[in-house]
Amino acid sequence: MISLAGRDILHAWGKFVFTGIGLGLLIGVTLVMAGVYRGMVDDGKALLDNSGADLWVVQKDTLGPYAESSSLNDDVYRAILAMPGVSQAANATYLTMQVRKGESDVRTMVVGIAPGALGATPGWPPYLVAGRQITRGHYEAVADIATGFKLGDRLAIRRNHYTVVGLTRRMVSSSGDPMVFIPLKDAQEAQFLKDNDAIWQSRRRTEANPVFNRPGDPGLLDAVIASQSSNAFVNAVLVTLKPGHAPDEVAESIQRWKRLTVYTRAQMEDILVGKLIATSAKQIGMFLVILAIVSAAIVAFIIYSLTMDKIREIAVLKLIGTRSRTIAAMIMQQALALGVIGFVVGKITATFSAPAFPKYVLLTPMDSVAGFFAVLVICVLASLVAIRMALKVDPAEAIGG
Amino acid sequence: MKKLPLQGRTLALLAVIIPLLVLFIYVGLRSGPLAPVAVTVASVESRAITPALFGIGTVEARYTYKIGPTFAGRVKRLEVHVGDQVKAGQVLGEMEPVDLDARVRSQESVFKRAEAALREAEARQAYAQTQARRYEQLFAVRLTSEEIVTTKRQELQIADAALSAAREDIARARSDREVLLAQRSNLRLIAPVDGVVTVRDADPGTTIVAGQAVVEVIDPKSLWINVRFDQISASGLAGGLPAHIVLRSRGGQTLKGRVLRVEPKADAVTEETLAKVTFDNKPEPLPPVGELAEVTVDLPALPAAPLIPNAAVQREGDKVGVWQIVDGDLHFSPVKLGTSDLNGYVQVREGLKNGDQVVTYSEKALTARSRIHVVEHIPGVSR
Repeated sequence: MISLAGRDILHAWGKFVFTGIGLGLLIGVTLVMAGVYRGMVDDGKALLDNSGADLWVVQKDTLGPYAESSSLNDDVYRAILAMPGVSQAANATYLTMQVRKGESDVRTMVVGIAPGALGATPGWPPYLVAGRQITRGHYEAVADIATGFKLGDRLAIRRNHYTVVGLTRRMVSSSGDPMVFIPLKDAQEAQFLKDNDAIWQSRRRTEANPVFNRPGDPGLLDAVIASQSSNAFVNAVLVTLKPGHAPDEVAESIQRWKRLTVYTRAQMEDILVGKLIATSAKQIGMFLVILAIVSAAIVAFIIYSLTMDKIREIAVLKLIGTRSRTIAAMIMQQALALGVIGFVVGKITATFSAPAFPKYVLLTPMDSVAGFFAVLVICVLASLVAIRMALKVDPAEAIGG
Repeated sequence: MKKLPLQGRTLALLAVIIPLLVLFIYVGLRSGPLAPVAVTVASVESRAITPALFGIGTVEARYTYKIGPTFAGRVKRLEVHVGDQVKAGQVLGEMEPVDLDARVRSQESVFKRAEAALREAEARQAYAQTQARRYEQLFAVRLTSEEIVTTKRQELQIADAALSAAREDIARARSDREVLLAQRSNLRLIAPVDGVVTVRDADPGTTIVAGQAVVEVIDPKSLWINVRFDQISASGLAGGLPAHIVLRSRGGQTLKGRVLRVEPKADAVTEETLAKVTFDNKPEPLPPVGELAEVTVDLPALPAAPLIPNAAVQREGDKVGVWQIVDGDLHFSPVKLGTSDLNGYVQVREGLKNGDQVVTYSEKALTARSRIHVVEHIPGVSR
């Protein structure tokens, strides 16, 4: 038996293929949209992966350091190191800021990493794509490649200049801003250091305060100013565990005895995915749903109009006694073929356009598979309408006007 | 005749469909999580390493002389200004004596009065002595009573005591006067050494508490840098090591120096070891005190040992190691690391031997199941 669908497609293959490609572009957009959502979630997870921590110790009763601000004294880590089950504990600071790059500036997350044993200290960039890790305790930086910095570039954070000694990739904050890693002491300064004008004004303000500037106590003013301009705070302590210790138990004991808030990896993911990007994710999800509905409607229209175009031929088929099943199979096969072409084109366009997006677009194979089946289901559903129209056609139309 | 156009159409359709399928398969395999990870590799090589330490510090003066009065008072005159060169012994200024001159004069009068009292006491003593001697003689020939002689002896003793009291009074008056004169001369502010005035804290007319500095003088020859090294990267720091100094105001210029001493007391709060680094040659012009300086201290070179770039060091679970390529497969080798230098190389104590291939850079984090393809440099890195 000859394939009616194949014959019909070959009859007007150009139109068919171009319709498929058009549909493919639409499916491509849908896939990219799903990729944008996955990318957002992945940004959050990348942030957690890159920190290399098992536990995050933050200021009591805050959702820090990523979702809320948190500040801890920078010697808290010593007390945490003494807790059972803790292998490494390192200070870290996170600050989203514009980093000057020549004439322009780049939005980045500046991460302060604690000095420590190479490879073992959490917070350091876990892998590089060029250059080396930071070896000096000051004024060196490892930048994400998305910042556009090159090895040897000088970047300015506040009033200090840093030399880019290493480049890394996919080190982003939960909002997708590329990271710049600098030594902790510099980062602490960058986080709390005011500009010079503000420092001068604050000094004058302190001088004007008679409590601090007493004639009988000439050293007091200097001491007060010195204590005002120093910063001994960090945003979080990143903790790694010794093998054989459950994160929950260690977290519980730190929370109980050190009276700080501790998050495990699972809790942190909840915070990042469930709280920090929740609304933007819902927004994208909403778009995804609308796009899927629009795609389904368009597929339905296309199949419908393709069927209507050959309604006369279908009437002839009915006239010569073709079974309804054969006609229905023809329409459905065409719809599925259209869907397959659309999916292939969509997947290709999505893959090639994904790197061009400013934020990370993650196309997962499972999404593609799910997308493929969704396209097939939509095509089948869309063809049902057309089949109904085709079966209802009066064979007399083949002859009549 | 009828078949050919149909075949032509089939061919045309295939010509569109097949490239699409090929592209689709390529896309499926070469992108996303299934794609191989681009990595670069380096071989472990034995080389000598010159470790160095890096710290920052501020330019400070070794000797700072804070010159001020020893008791509260008002500044009368101050002749030097910030930046002036001063010589040892030079009078920089003077405090207001207030009532001190009057008190010196009063003390002089007290002294003269004491002298007069001494003369009076001497006269009385001389008279008492004469009287006593005369009555002794009279008593020897029994011309007077014993009682009178005893009285005269007692009068002589009283006169002797009054004389020595008057003498001590003089000494006291003299000392009191000297005290005031010493205080008077102490009102002058005198430079103890050759140096430069760095601070002028008060102007004439200002009241100063005892011990408060009026001017500060530093010895410019004694400039040094108070350098802070993170304790983690301060092993091997010792006096006498050569150092390179870059002043913040002179970015491109490296000055030579030397570690003078490592402070026995470290900073417990900032976790830093402190050291003093001196300049080999006095920099011209002098850097201002308080300027930021970056100091690199060269440690003695170490013998050759297997080296890897520090970018190769990764953490897998709780083990520190490197991704080694054995027969084209990835394999995580835990390593023990030794000394590292500032250029990003680190010695391997255990776990690798010369000639081993290790992954330095990778496009993404590696796992034991990652497929890799080795490239010259990671795509996307601009050179």
